[in-house]
Amino acid sequence: MFLIHCPYCGEREQSEFKAGGEAHIVRPKQPTELSDDQWAEYLFMRKNIKGVQFERWVHAHGCRKWFNIVRDTSNDEIKAIYKMGEKPPTKYK
Amino acid sequence: MKNKYSIISLIKNSFSYHENWQKAWGDPEPKKEYDIVIIGGGGHGLATAYYLAKKHDMKNIAVVEKGWIGGGNTGRNTTIIRSNYLWDASAGLYDHALKIWENLSQELNYNVMFSQRGVMNLAHNLQDVRDLKRRTHANRLNGIDAVYLNTDQVKKFCPIINTSPDIRYPVLGGTLQRRAGTARHDAVAWGYARGADEMGVDIIQNCEVKGIKRSGDGVEGIETTKGFIKTKKIGVVAAGHSSVIASMAGLKLPLESKPLQALVSEPVKPIIDTVVMSNAVHAYVSQSDKGELVIGAGTDDYVSYSQKGSHDIVEGTLNAILELYPIFSRMRMLRQWGGIVDICPDASPIISKTPIKGLYFNCGWGTGGFKATPGSGDLFAHTIANDEPHKLNAAFNLNRFVSGDLVDEHGAAAVAH
Repeated sequence: MFLIHCPYCGEREQSEFKAGGEAHIVRPKQPTELSDDQWAEYLFMRKNIKGVQFERWVHAHGCRKWFNIVRDTSNDEIKAIYKMGEKPPTKYK
Repeated sequence: MKNKYSIISLIKNSFSYHENWQKAWGDPEPKKEYDIVIIGGGGHGLATAYYLAKKHDMKNIAVVEKGWIGGGNTGRNTTIIRSNYLWDASAGLYDHALKIWENLSQELNYNVMFSQRGVMNLAHNLQDVRDLKRRTHANRLNGIDAVYLNTDQVKKFCPIINTSPDIRYPVLGGTLQRRAGTARHDAVAWGYARGADEMGVDIIQNCEVKGIKRSGDGVEGIETTKGFIKTKKIGVVAAGHSSVIASMAGLKLPLESKPLQALVSEPVKPIIDTVVMSNAVHAYVSQSDKGELVIGAGTDDYVSYSQKGSHDIVEGTLNAILELYPIFSRMRMLRQWGGIVDICPDASPIISKTPIKGLYFNCGWGTGGFKATPGSGDLFAHTIANDEPHKLNAAFNLNRFVSGDLVDEHGAAAVAH
């Protein structure tokens, strides 16, 4: 249980949000030319990091907008929050 | 050689106030080199080592464990054992395990307290009814015992369930697997550890793996907090931390690690003599031999290694428990905890070779690995020893995420593992 600062609504309980998994997985530009291995990588393989991870979240029971969170998965501490389309903070890369 | 546990050894040891029991397993320092190293000393890892030594005549095996044996998910689950899965591949896998469970206490000379008290899965809407009937038929075609119960039969089998049609999610029916049940989770780890130790397996606790040394297309050994251990074959059975170990070898897995919670109540007199699971409202309950209600909740939907989980998940589960069992309304909960489960996109496990020679993974058991412990160990041992999967775990290979041949048990199983 933790609090999330929605960039549109402010601080709310985590239960109002839904996690959307790893962020910055780029949709293939030429899907027809992808090999099976590349499809598996895109669809299924995840970094699943223990430590600082970049994630997508949606304020499902609020403004219903998507945004990104940088979070330490070992203790659920949120490091940074930024909107979709914004550049991820470089200091956690 | 271990002394045999029996009524006679119990009486004999009572004369010395039970202070002179033989140590069940040793505490060795790691050797420089092993033929096989198993990473992860939970039930699955210890069972793997046990069957490698017993059935495949392998010597020189080590199990390395970051904490203490059975201190991870083996000691954190709700101990439910069943095999009523929908698909043929899953039915084969889980029923293989169930058959080993039925004779495990005798095989290990260790009482794992396997209790075939039955597992009942409830249906709360018409789609549930159709799904559970379909699964009952599929189970019977696979030789797995299963019966469908109507509401009255559910009530008769477990009288404390509220079967009133007026509740939010009324009980419309259910399935029952009578051979299913529970076991004592710690005893499973301890029994396998004792058996493996007897056959010469080194169980090395408090030894965290820090890196995997690669050479060419294979592996050379592991870096640990107790130094470098040379080995040509590594079997990883690290549950929630599988992706962490995989990244040490430069491998990515189709897993997400999430907290799964459970809780127990204060102990009370026997009130529920079976296991009741409900997928739609996501709550399941049984009663331990100590008298505590053992209640399983769902997973959080975000990746976390924090072993905590959110309160709203527990609240949702208890809401469902209270509506189904109004008799529990004044029970107090004693303890709540979380375990980190590694979930595959198709909710089926991976027991497989990898693109790296000599590196094997047994992971992705998600929320329901305990029930498979003996079968998982047996099949993983086979896979490592022969460098080829057994026919029962061939479908659970890592390559299925490339080929698309998934074993999609999400929702199709009686989930709420």
